[in-house]
This record gives sequence, structure tokens and C-alpha cells, in this order.
Amino acid sequence: MVSITVLFEIFIASLLPFNIALASILGMCPLIAISTNVTNAKGMGLAVVLVTTLTAAINWPIYEFLKWSGTDTLDLLVFMITIAASVQFLELAMQKFLPSLYTAFGIYLPLITVNCIVLAVSLFFVNYDYGFLETVVFALGSSLGWAFAIVLLSGIREKLSVIADLPRGLKGKAIAFVLLGILALAFIGFSGIARVDPIQ
Amino acid sequence: MMEYILLPTVLLGIMLAITGLIIVADKALGSGGVKKIIINGSKEIEVTSDDTLLTILSQNKIFISSACGGKATCGLCKCQVTEGGGEVKPTELPLLSALDKENKVRLTCQVKPTSLTKITIPEGLLTAKEFKTKLVKMVDLTYDIKLLDFKLIKPNTMPFKPGQFAQIKVPGIDIVRAYSIASNASDPSHIEMIVRYVPNGQASNYVFKALSVGDTVTLTGPYGKFFLQEQSKRDIVCIAGGSGKAPIRSILARLKEQGMTRKVRYFFGAKAVRDLYYTQEMQQLAKEYPNFEYIPALSNPLPEDKWTGATGLITDVLDRMTGNLAEAEAYLCGSPGMIDACIKVLNKHEIKPVNVFYDKFA
Repeated sequence: MVSITVLFEIFIASLLPFNIALASILGMCPLIAISTNVTNAKGMGLAVVLVTTLTAAINWPIYEFLKWSGTDTLDLLVFMITIAASVQFLELAMQKFLPSLYTAFGIYLPLITVNCIVLAVSLFFVNYDYGFLETVVFALGSSLGWAFAIVLLSGIREKLSVIADLPRGLKGKAIAFVLLGILALAFIGFSGIARVDPIQ
Repeated sequence: MMEYILLPTVLLGIMLAITGLIIVADKALGSGGVKKIIINGSKEIEVTSDDTLLTILSQNKIFISSACGGKATCGLCKCQVTEGGGEVKPTELPLLSALDKENKVRLTCQVKPTSLTKITIPEGLLTAKEFKTKLVKMVDLTYDIKLLDFKLIKPNTMPFKPGQFAQIKVPGIDIVRAYSIASNASDPSHIEMIVRYVPNGQASNYVFKALSVGDTVTLTGPYGKFFLQEQSKRDIVCIAGGSGKAPIRSILARLKEQGMTRKVRYFFGAKAVRDLYYTQEMQQLAKEYPNFEYIPALSNPLPEDKWTGATGLITDVLDRMTGNLAEAEAYLCGSPGMIDACIKVLNKHEIKPVNVFYDKFA
């Protein structure tokens, strides 16, 4: 049984110093595209948290099965299939039981199928040799970290679009990349406070 | 050796299991139930599929015009969704005006009906039908414009108003493109269309490279609120550019039948002489009927054209050659830029906005 402290460390590590968007530079397409206003960013962030955590939890037992049958070389292929299927399943379930949430997510939910952080989290738990609980906590932390990053970025972009007099060449995506770089630099400041593979 | 069998088996097994699960989930949870669409408060359609409104309507032989084929780029497939249909999607927003949003207008290609959806569509659309036709003639009008003549086979007539358009279905890739009808509305057994070649246009490439005389083509129509106001007695200003001659040709044919009792001035804008077509037909008409005047204007006549007619942008020629238009009607057909610029000029000459009719094509 993993201790609470280890889980907490994994959570903090995946949220801040090993932030999947700002340290691993993953999930860039939606991060740049959907960060023009905070409302959309929150929607996308929430959807990512939901899907990433769910798929990692589904993928863990499947990976155990692959290891048991000696076919763990298939992990990438199988993860892709389970992600696509679970997003579809989630969509069906939400449409049926939570129609208001379903309309709130709108187009973001199906978009996430192609978001690389969902797959990355599943591949990372293989690398770090996590147990089930660690996987879920790591997935939750990573996706919350991504949501955190997109909300931060969208907040700055929204404010900049109102108050800043940007040169034409820097408007839009260009300034988003610059901001992202500065944010990533700031997150280096968190390094050392926790590790994704805690020393036990 | 073992793993060559094991790996594909495991992969296949997982894929089948997941597909099975999804199918079961779809049956159990899916929107599966019957959805009801009520059109104009009277006609009812019941569907079980998860398709978009545009697809459902066309399956039910109600053909809403759509030039982009459901990609939310042309903004033609608008219709009023008074109940159901969910929230307006981000993909629709750029194509909906403030007035559209107020009137609950949506793009049917983006709306997925909910259990009860009420929509309002122009009654005219309920009359638009699908037609099986045969291409009987294809004529080059200029180097990049062709006239197509379709004979209607089933049903064998398409009654339309002069100025309306129909759509060609491109076989194989299932897209539709709208083209104005250029033929005389008194002969509804033939539909003529004028198609201009667009380098990357899927439909015009089909017409220019694949289509040949004798082919069977599916058309839908007629559509459009752009047509000749036959009960009016006002003078008419027609303005066209490029392949925009098509609906005006149909309108002129009807006016000619009525004896050309209204004064008609027809401005046609082109770049050079090689872009002009139907010049003789128009000049002949002008000779027969003093009420009709044809004014082709070239913006960039080539030296070898030896052009003696009007030169300059169509807007300048129009401005120069028209007087007060307070009692006139205008019919415009051409690119959005040209139409917007011409409407400005018409307004300057005091035309009443209700008397301006136009058909923009991009």
C-alpha cells in the first residue's frame, strides 16, 4: 500500500514542477488555440481533467493485462484505442445523464481524443512503474496542471487583448508562445519541491 | 514464434471487446430514442439517427441550400430553430448576425436535433425537389465559362421563377454547389446553368474535367429569394459580373416575353473582351427593344481588344451613367465585393432599399 505522503508528493510534482504543459511541453495545440478567453479555457481544462483521469484509470488494468499476457509492446496502440473509446463512452453517458454538462462541454469533449496529454499520461505511468492509486493521482495532478496552465495563459491573453497595444507581428498566437515561455520559466522556480518518482 | 500469434490476437481481442462495449453502451445510453422534428408547425419527421438537421432534411427530400456541404463555411443552410437543437455552437457564430441570433437562426449543418425540435423554413423550400437530369449540351462561352443545358428526366419539369438557382450534386464526393438558372422560366423542362472555372473548386473541376454530354446529373432546386418581381412596373437596373449573367439572362427572357414594357438597363462588368459573352444576343435584344440597353464595361481592356465601349470599374460606370433611381428596381448578381460596392452607388442615386434584389456568390 502506498503511503499518503507519496501520493501527495506525486500530486504536487505533477501539478507544479513537472507540469505537463509547462515542463513537458505537451498538449500545445489546444493550449494555444483555446486560450483566447477564460471561459473556454475553463471548459477545456475541465474536460481534460475528466478524460485524462478516467482514461488513465481504465488504461492501468489494461496495461496489467498486457504485462500478464506478455504483450506489453502493444501498449501505445491499445491506449489509443481505449482513449478514443472512453471519450465516446463518456460523451454518450453525459448526453444521457448530464445533458446540461454535455452542452457546456460542447465541442471540447470530442476534441480531447486527439489531445496528446491524455496519451502521454498513460505512457508516463508505464515509465514510472506506478500502481493504480499512483496512476490516478498522477493523472489527476497532470491534468489539473494542464488546466491550470491554460487558465493562466488565457487570463493573461484576455487581459492583454484589452489593455496592451501589441505590434501587429506579435498579435494572437505569437504573443501566446512568448507568454507560454515566460510561464514555463516561472515554473522552473517550483523545481525541487517534489518528484514524480518519490524516493520511498 | 509464439508472439507473432499472440500480439495480433490480443490486439484484435481488445479492439473487438471495446467495439462491443461501445455498441452496447450506444444501445443502452445512446440518444437512440425517437426524435421528432416539426417543420413550420405542421409537417412532422421522426428520426432515430444522430445526424445533423441538414442531413435529416435532405433524407426527407427537403433540400436546404448549402454550398459548402456541411462544413459551416458558406452560411447558406440557415434556418430558424424555434425549439430544441441545443446551444449555438462556436462553429456557427462567425456566420450568424446579431439579428440571426435574436431570431434563433441556426446553421442546419451544425444542429443535431434533440427529442423535440421545431423549425421554420421558407415554404418555398418544401417545394424544392431532387431531379434526375441529362446533360444535353455544353458550350464554351469564354475561356473559363461554360453553359450547361440539362434536360429534366424525372420529374420532367422544374417550375422556377426567373433569377432563382439550383444545385448540382457532384457524384462520388457528395458535395453540392449552387448555380443560377440561366434559361427561360417558361420552359421548365430544361435548366441551363453558367459555370465558371475555379482552379480549386470541386464542382467546377467536375464540370470542366469530368462531365460530358449525355451524362446523368442530379440537380436540386429551385431555391432563392432573388427573382424578378413580375407584378411591378418600375424601371430596372441589372448589374452582373463574371458568371452572374445567368440569372439576369433568365430575367431578361421573361421580360422579353412580356414585350419589354419596362425600361431596362443592363450593366455587365468584366476585365477584358475575352471575358465577355452573349454580347450578340444582348445587342440583338437592344436592337429589337428600344427600352432595353446593354452596357458592358471593361476594367482592363487589352490593347488588342480595340475596345470602344465603357471602361472602368463597374461601380464607376454605373455611377456615371445612371440618373435618379428613386422609382427603379435593381437586380444584382456577382461577387460579394462587387455587390456591396454597387449597392453603395445605387444608394447614392436614391434607390429604395426594398427595391434592391441581389444574389451574392463567393
